[in-house]
Amino acid sequence: MEATTNIEEFKKHHVRKYIIVFVSLMGLTIVTVTVASFHLSVTTAIMVALLIAAIKGSLVASYFMHLISEKKMIFMTLILTVVFFAVLMGLPLFHHANPITIK
Amino acid sequence: MEIPYTVTPRPDSGLFNAKLGIWLFLASEVMLFGALFTTYILMRIGAPDWPHGELDVPLATVNTVVLITSSITMVMAWASLVMKDFKKYKMYIGLTFLAGVIFLIIKGFEYGHHISAGELPSSSTFLAIYFTMTGLHGLHVIGGMIVNGYFWGSGSKMWKTEPERFTNRIEVAGLYWHFVDLVWIFLFPVFYLL
Repeated sequence: MEATTNIEEFKKHHVRKYIIVFVSLMGLTIVTVTVASFHLSVTTAIMVALLIAAIKGSLVASYFMHLISEKKMIFMTLILTVVFFAVLMGLPLFHHANPITIK
Repeated sequence: MEIPYTVTPRPDSGLFNAKLGIWLFLASEVMLFGALFTTYILMRIGAPDWPHGELDVPLATVNTVVLITSSITMVMAWASLVMKDFKKYKMYIGLTFLAGVIFLIIKGFEYGHHISAGELPSSSTFLAIYFTMTGLHGLHVIGGMIVNGYFWGSGSKMWKTEPERFTNRIEVAGLYWHFVDLVWIFLFPVFYLL
């Protein structure tokens, strides 16, 4: 972000956005805690909690970390990270689901 | 020797160097925490039963609120510099630091309670992974506080000589701090609510 941005324009667009994201994050935190007290089944509870966490994480990354308006190079780095992360998480889980047993 | 591309973007990447640097570092951090989250999942699905309701949810909820608040104060610190308001910057970066202190005090209470009850990392698989992951996260909070404290204090002198470079430094420090917040956003439901 250029430091020479028009101040009023910046206030109007960016600062307002940050406040909206902050309020949304607070709201989603309340939702997470409230849903956890509903005694849902384990699978549903995990799905709901992780979904809300993913939404909150996306809000932080998109707006506070400015990913929504970032350069291509950052996205290329992140795509590579996502691939490696998926392999890191996927391989042990695949093994767990279908272990090789030695007779 | 002058460090290149601290203010102007590199023609090939379109970014100032520190920004690309911090994102590469954060990518490595994703792998670090990713490995631990994978460990947690494998331990949990492999365990015959898993403890539930052993941790203090209200305290952790307060800590979540504290960290989210620190994220907006951090981004507002950077925004204040973009808007050339150094006084507000000082206030916001100070508040971010303070939020870090509050977070650690609350975490300290939690740890103290566990330790006094004899609940140590060696007591169970759950406590082992809980202390490892929240402890590593706590170390990241301390690291961020050291950087933010420096930029609140003597590091802020750069604003007088190189304001744009200083603004970029705060943006980079902010990216790290938001990442620490992001990790907690996942740690909170995984350990406290599920």
